[in-house]
Amino acid sequence: MVNTKVCISGWELENPIIPASGTFGFGYEFADLYDINLLGSLSLKGTTREARYGNPLPRIAECTAGLINSVGLQNPGVQTVIDEELPKLKKCYQKKVIANISGFSLEDYVYCSEKMDQEEQVGILEINVSCPNVHGGGMSFGTTAKSAAQVTKAVKAVTKKPVFIKLTPNVTDITEIAKACEEAGADGLSLINTLMGMRIDLKTRRSAIANTMGGFSGPAIFPVALRMVYQVYEAVQIPIIGMGGVQSASDVIEMMLAGASAVQIGAANLVNPYACKEIIEALPAAMAKYRIENLEEIIGGAHHG
Amino acid sequence: MKNVVYEIKENKQIADKIYQMTLLGDTGAITRPGQFVNLKVNDCYLRRPISVCDWDKDSLQIIYKIVGTGTEKMAQLLPGDTMDALTGLGNGYDTAKSGERPVLLGGGVGVPPLYALAKQLKNEGKKPMAVLGFQTATEVFLVEEFSRFCEVTVTTADGSMGRKGFVTNPLAEMDYTYFYACGPMPMFRAIEKIAKGGGQYSFEEKMGCGFGACMGCSCQTKQGAKRICKEGPVLEREEVVW
Repeated sequence: MVNTKVCISGWELENPIIPASGTFGFGYEFADLYDINLLGSLSLKGTTREARYGNPLPRIAECTAGLINSVGLQNPGVQTVIDEELPKLKKCYQKKVIANISGFSLEDYVYCSEKMDQEEQVGILEINVSCPNVHGGGMSFGTTAKSAAQVTKAVKAVTKKPVFIKLTPNVTDITEIAKACEEAGADGLSLINTLMGMRIDLKTRRSAIANTMGGFSGPAIFPVALRMVYQVYEAVQIPIIGMGGVQSASDVIEMMLAGASAVQIGAANLVNPYACKEIIEALPAAMAKYRIENLEEIIGGAHHG
Repeated sequence: MKNVVYEIKENKQIADKIYQMTLLGDTGAITRPGQFVNLKVNDCYLRRPISVCDWDKDSLQIIYKIVGTGTEKMAQLLPGDTMDALTGLGNGYDTAKSGERPVLLGGGVGVPPLYALAKQLKNEGKKPMAVLGFQTATEVFLVEEFSRFCEVTVTTADGSMGRKGFVTNPLAEMDYTYFYACGPMPMFRAIEKIAKGGGQYSFEEKMGCGFGACMGCSCQTKQGAKRICKEGPVLEREEVVW
């Protein structure tokens, strides 16, 4: 019998599999398909202070082994998420969730974090300083060590829940930002968000998406994500939630060997709504195949002598 | 929504670049005309959303046009091959408001989902009419099938078959209680200018997932944001923001 339990910031997860923010809505719609309580946890759709419609259409462009999205943080706003979405989720999901928070100012991040801090259903806060699809916020906070540290400090001051900062890969040196977040008090890091990408429609000779550029995700980015998790693991002591193109149990093991304590599944949910369930079910056999008894013991395993 | 692996019974060309595919398997998740299936195509990352043309208990029909790599690969599939599908997606048409004599307006590959609608309206004892618009005679399909359930008027942009012009030319002279439309945006805009009374439009949009998870196809309506794949693809005339 293999053990798939992992622990992040004192929170024990039955398994390390977590659907990534923006690919699983607020969870309850997937409950029509299978019992979502088998998930390690789930990361809610990115939430902002005010409701947002997001970017104009088209927002999606297909790529080889992935897709570009430019949704632009469409969400009903933090108060509605708390009043309407969390209660709906509670009916079909009994575990704690990850609240994913985005903002356009320090005050926005603080406002949403204070609100989510009060919610019993929320296990940890995942602070998104890496959304590539909004202007004047989002990713701009995550591209310098100084601003990433400022957001971390400001959020840490208003919550008792563990704070994970979600980092962008669209920087020169992700370890510098990771270290700055750690020094500012972050309890952990989530990485990576999408890579900036673009497609051009040959018929119209214009970008395939209305907002010109978007975030590239899917299996094509897995090696990039893995490399960054590996680098960040060497640079910091705090736990890492690894993500980026993960689509199988063996990808999960690989990501954990690179240094991830838990693993999020993103784009795979969009093409296969059962992706997380199938990965969780495949995990014990994949562990047995590589003679892993305790999943937790392999975290960062690729770094040791 | 259900995830079903269908077996292809038939996949044949029925007009220029237009193919008809019959799939065998569980259709229990399909409840209304105007819904769609999202099909996994080998070597394509995203699924392909295609409207359901008709269905019965254990088979369904789709009609698609070759527009890119995905549909090119679909056209090469043979009987006995399988297709992984998410089925019963979207809201579909609501026949409750149709009145006695609704008109169905189809443009090009917008025609297929109206077929099951025509059938259902007829079964409900109504007298539907259809105006089916195409670019040219070689692209015309499904006219005979429609004529079993309703009066059909065909238009072609170049006049090579039926009446020359667009679906709005005959529409301007017709009396009808309600309209149902599926086709390209320029056709919708033209309909919107001249149509009388209520109606429903079925929209097409680039989708990430097709089942409501990614917000990739969310559009603005007078009733707030709606996902074309989930609260759509059919929207009421009054709620559309043009």
